[in-house]
Amino acid sequence: MRNICVAQILKHMQALTNRAQQVERKPMTLMERAYLPAIFRGMAITFGHMFKKRPTINYPEVTRPFSPVFRGLHILNRDEEGRENCTACGLCAVACPAEAITMEAAERIEGEEKLYREEKYAAKYEINMLRCIFCGLCEEACPKDAIYLSETFAPANFQRKGFIYGKEDLLIPHPITEPEAHAKAKGGRVTIK
Amino acid sequence: MLLSIGLSLVIEKFVLIVVVVMSSLVIAMYATFAERKVAAIMQDRRGPNRAGPFGLLQPLADGLKLFFKEEIIPSLSSKFLFILGPCLAMLTAMMTGAVIPWGDKVHFFGRDISLQIADVNIGILYVFGVVSLGVYGIMIGSWASNNKFSLMGGLRAASQIISYELAMGIALIALLMTTGTLSLKEIVQQQQEHWYSWNIVKQPLGFLIFLICAFAECNRTPFDLPEAENELIGGYHTEYSSIKLGFFLFVEYINMFLSSAVMVSLFFGGYDIPFINDASLAEKIGTNWVALIHAAVFLFKAACFLFLFMWVRWTIPRFRYDQLMNLGWKILIPLALFNMLVTGAFILLQQNNWHF
Repeated sequence: MRNICVAQILKHMQALTNRAQQVERKPMTLMERAYLPAIFRGMAITFGHMFKKRPTINYPEVTRPFSPVFRGLHILNRDEEGRENCTACGLCAVACPAEAITMEAAERIEGEEKLYREEKYAAKYEINMLRCIFCGLCEEACPKDAIYLSETFAPANFQRKGFIYGKEDLLIPHPITEPEAHAKAKGGRVTIK
Repeated sequence: MLLSIGLSLVIEKFVLIVVVVMSSLVIAMYATFAERKVAAIMQDRRGPNRAGPFGLLQPLADGLKLFFKEEIIPSLSSKFLFILGPCLAMLTAMMTGAVIPWGDKVHFFGRDISLQIADVNIGILYVFGVVSLGVYGIMIGSWASNNKFSLMGGLRAASQIISYELAMGIALIALLMTTGTLSLKEIVQQQQEHWYSWNIVKQPLGFLIFLICAFAECNRTPFDLPEAENELIGGYHTEYSSIKLGFFLFVEYINMFLSSAVMVSLFFGGYDIPFINDASLAEKIGTNWVALIHAAVFLFKAACFLFLFMWVRWTIPRFRYDQLMNLGWKILIPLALFNMLVTGAFILLQQNNWHF
């Protein structure tokens, strides 16, 4: 019955795709009923798979390279003298569609000129990595080149509060006191413990 | 006769038993590892590679895990039988190794020590008896679980083994007609002469039937209906936990190894080194070294069969129950009978100098 239906439909209707096929319900041939040849063919297929290239990589030891424009964990930038760029203007927090960024501004007092580039700085700067969607709009909004997205992602954590990254997690290492760590964070992959 | 058994013989056999039991346990242990690796490689994965170098400690980790798991005995089960089930399965699985000739003989302390625990003159019948007992472990365990799925698994195991043992026995009768002996040692020795004196050449159809039945007896895919995980939730070991479950799972691998060993001795020349005259080699390098090579060759052949078991498992899906029964009763038994008839006619003709 079903075969006839399919045949009639195919005859009277214009098929939209060329994928419609009539189902064959012929009785099996002796070769097919013998079952063993089909098994041998199947076994040849599985055996052939032993020599295929495996797509899996040994993850923690080997990692796939990220694209250079990968948007990963945020980094708060310092200038070449090691002063923080951020002035706590709040443009990044405004730009953030996920409302992941909060900050508190403070005024630079005398003697802190080597720490902060401008007269106002972020006393507290927090990004909730569980809210963040890594869109990069904060990076675009920043007028001071203070925040950018690096080439790594937030590592797993057992607690929610572990995902709220403060200044100590986000700030790039000091370029003069820790030049190697700074260079590493600046270019190439960044690993954050 | 009994009184003449010396202390040295007792020690010799005891050492041999310990070695055979230990090595079959270790081989079964690594068969579980190999199974996972083979599965992984055939599915383009990597398989376990974290525990130890290349993941070689994985079976230890698995075993330890099973030991430390909570042991649950269902409150409505019959406790004695519930514990007896896996024990019996383990015991019968280990017993088969007693009659398999692992090598010819070694010469130590001025004695020739045969590398077979017991050269019983009805060795192959012993194997059959023990293998049929093996299903009792599953049946008792599944009955004692007091669980519908377990019981169905146990029933399936019982009926499957009964059906396939018939075909296996008849296939074997044809082999025994050509060898004329039931002793495994003699069967192996008859195959020593040339590579073409292996029984696989004389009994290819018999071997095929025996192989299929061996898959069924070991409850391996495509005949793993007793533990069909997607319809019976694990079948006979549904209610089992901890190391009792481990025993059931482990027994499958011991059975696999020992049935590979039986197939090697029956059809593939046992410990015979192909293309080499063993006797002249023994004169050249000494009996003990040849015995070592023999055991290695035997284990290699068995390993090939183990690989076959795994290869088939990761290729073929499980049979439906009616397909299983049809294959057993309507195809394998008639084929085995046909094979036996042809063999008999052939032997008669040979004895009559090819006159009708």
